[in-house]
Amino acid sequence: MEKKNTVNLNLKQYGMVLALLAIYIIFYILTGGSNATPMNMNNLLMQNGYIVILATGMLLCVLTGNIDLGVGSYVALCGAVAAKLVCEGGMSIPVGFLAAIGVGLLFGVFNGFFIAYMSVPPFVATLASMLIGRGLTYTFLASQTVGPVPDAFKFVGAGFFVTNKVPFGEGTIDIVTIIVAVIATVLIVLSELKSIAAKKKYGFALVPAWQLIIKDAIILGIVWFYAYKLARCNGLPIVLLLMGVIVAIYHFVTSKTVAGRQIYALGGNMKAARLSGINTKQVFFWVYTNMGFLGAVAGIVLAARAGSATPKAGDGIELDAIGACYIGGAAAAGGVGTILGAVVGAFVMGILNNGMVLCGLSTDLQKVVKGLVLLGAVTFDVISSKKKN
Amino acid sequence: MSDYILEMNHITKEFSGVKALDDVNLKVKRGEIHALCGENGAGKSTLMNVLSGIYPFGTYTGDIMYNGELVKNHNIKDSEKKGIVIIHQELALSPYLSVAENVFMGNEQTSMKGVINWTETKSRAKEMLEKVGLGNENIEAPINSLGVGKQQLIEIAKALAKKVDLLILDEPTAALNDEESAQLLEIMLKLKEQGITCIIISHKLNEISYVADAITVIRDGHTIETLIKGEDEFTEDRIIKGMVGRELTNRYPERTDCPIGDVVLEVKDWNVFNPEDASRQMLKNINIKVRAGEVVGLAGLMGAGRTEFAMSLFGHEYGQKITGEVLMHGKPVKINNVKEAIENKIAYTSEDRKTYGLVLINDIKWNMTLAALRGFFSKNGVVNSNDEIVAAEKYKKLINIKSNSINQTVGSLSGGNQQKVVLAKWMLTEPDVLILDEPTRGIDVGAKYEIYCAINELAKSGKAVIVISSEMPEIIGTCDRTYVLNEGQIAGELSKEELSQEKIMKCIMQHNNQKGA
Repeated sequence: MEKKNTVNLNLKQYGMVLALLAIYIIFYILTGGSNATPMNMNNLLMQNGYIVILATGMLLCVLTGNIDLGVGSYVALCGAVAAKLVCEGGMSIPVGFLAAIGVGLLFGVFNGFFIAYMSVPPFVATLASMLIGRGLTYTFLASQTVGPVPDAFKFVGAGFFVTNKVPFGEGTIDIVTIIVAVIATVLIVLSELKSIAAKKKYGFALVPAWQLIIKDAIILGIVWFYAYKLARCNGLPIVLLLMGVIVAIYHFVTSKTVAGRQIYALGGNMKAARLSGINTKQVFFWVYTNMGFLGAVAGIVLAARAGSATPKAGDGIELDAIGACYIGGAAAAGGVGTILGAVVGAFVMGILNNGMVLCGLSTDLQKVVKGLVLLGAVTFDVISSKKKN
Repeated sequence: MSDYILEMNHITKEFSGVKALDDVNLKVKRGEIHALCGENGAGKSTLMNVLSGIYPFGTYTGDIMYNGELVKNHNIKDSEKKGIVIIHQELALSPYLSVAENVFMGNEQTSMKGVINWTETKSRAKEMLEKVGLGNENIEAPINSLGVGKQQLIEIAKALAKKVDLLILDEPTAALNDEESAQLLEIMLKLKEQGITCIIISHKLNEISYVADAITVIRDGHTIETLIKGEDEFTEDRIIKGMVGRELTNRYPERTDCPIGDVVLEVKDWNVFNPEDASRQMLKNINIKVRAGEVVGLAGLMGAGRTEFAMSLFGHEYGQKITGEVLMHGKPVKINNVKEAIENKIAYTSEDRKTYGLVLINDIKWNMTLAALRGFFSKNGVVNSNDEIVAAEKYKKLINIKSNSINQTVGSLSGGNQQKVVLAKWMLTEPDVLILDEPTRGIDVGAKYEIYCAINELAKSGKAVIVISSEMPEIIGTCDRTYVLNEGQIAGELSKEELSQEKIMKCIMQHNNQKGA
């Protein structure tokens, strides 16, 4: 029997990207195009960079079937430690950053220890960290804002990569950004070709070419649109590079390594994971320790962007990070979700926020809309996976 | 009114085309204790679930007459209203609620709508507890502070609180020790004096022949016979004869050219205590040896400690205060966790593949390589997905897993194919010893045959295989040698020549008697 050796693309996997585009286009119309100005596109990245970093770490927690409620507090405390040591302690910036990362790791280890080895439910352990962290931030900063931080500090959150601007139209365009976009294009096309070659080699079902072309055209379209806007503004923000590196590393870890596989196994069925030789306690410990580390990185970025550290910094952003994971297709029960999904989820939230601000919607109503979007995305996810079974 | 309180006539119940019950008849006289006997999977529990409305009216054929009236139960509440109460093997108690609250769980004593009347609750709870011989218990104590034996009695008190006429007990003594069991049987006899009819399902034939007035034997979904006390022979041997004695034609593939080699695994003086209760010894001085190319059975009744033995051996996944020695190829090894067990070339497939064996939301390939990931499918922590695909395709073909592709989620596979995935998962760790716990539970005859073929192939390739099974024909059909476990001890060792269902049962009975004496 001749079997048709093709398989259609799983549309659900890209559903959120399409939703992201749809939301963007809706706001483009509502704001009369002001959400597409180079400056706004740049702000979109700067405003959401640290959320993306947090969502990356949060996804690992969500994969285990849990969450980390404390990240908002680590962000504040780590930012405060870095800013205060540099501004008032007279320490060098690298020392300040290292101290902040140390504090973040300490919180991670603290959570990890109680969750993995004392069997305290993650919800409770991280709720405790949330209170402790926030309290320590207020104490450490004596409820005052510390700043402004030196320019070299700000660079991490608000700086740009080297640029080479040339006149273009009614302004300039950055050649470096364009070169990076070209490199990205080549990499995307090459990896697609490589995956096709591997599938052919093993005789697997191929995705019809037209579907692949549409998929890659959309992805490249987004890359080039964004690159063009950034090139017309100030070039590549440092936050984008930092984000890119972190997302790439964690995408690799979750999809290609034994460690990543163990996290999925733990979330999918903890008992089966244990009986497959996975040290589930160790996995829990590292997942939460890692969250502390990324919380510190995000804290530094946030303080750098704001130019100062305030005790209220990052209040409630743990919920944005968690929401990003769920919007990005992660399952609350654990075992399902991807880093790239969480990134898309973070941008859905970011574009919503940004668009609503541009429309002049009150912050109170913004929360209502975000809540509804989160609920809608997850309901859609639950219903469509039910249908599949 | 008829002499019978219950008549179940020509009951047939199918599960997706497979007949679990086929024209079963059960007649229970008013005020008697009626025992249901049969092997695991014979259909006893299914029959009781039909009676109690768990499988509602319309999902089976045949009719149920209760007190001379046709019964159409749609759920448990319906049957409880009529005075039919079932007590399941797993206790249905809420561990942190008090004794009194548990006695009236789902049947709360209320004054106004929905408001609990505590005075009534407490005084009536006391009354019910007296009936089951627990009059001195503190009814305010949380139920988990009581032992399993007392909890089982409280389940009966709970049933009595519902004004029960027909009480069904499913394996009530499986988790109890001898003393607790004896107490429970006395309570049953007392209830009989009060005019309550009982149906008891039990594997403990000595208890049945002591307490029952009539015994109905079920085998493979058919009623075989009903024995009446005083009319028929009522001995354990007679019951066993009814329960077993099925034809065995070619259900087990022949194993040929399989030379038996040196001892691969030896366990000496293995002692294990209950993980929740350090004073309760679950396994006592177990000594076993398994040779290369040999298939060794672990037979025994439910609760004999077979799974506990396997899990405690497999990286101390069960129990505490574990003592004893494990030798692989004659050398002592230390195995303190599953990872070390895998490294020492031991594999274990759980009796409950969905809970302990598979990650149902992931695909076949992903599940197959999970246990071997570190050892065979990765380099410096990075997974080689091409090797994974090749291995999964190979094993899919080798043990004939029926699926669209290796990317199908295992949750969507049939039980037999899921079991094959579990088997492949552990074959991929390249073990020397495979412990297969109930390898064919809940799978169809064809898939069973293929699993047996796979076991034969494993033995031929020089692996030592341990098969744990509650189905005695399976042990007899597949094993070269069998240890019989009973209440955490080895009750006997039988060679292939002397292995028979009667022998296994005898072994267990003798061991029970020795203990009782």
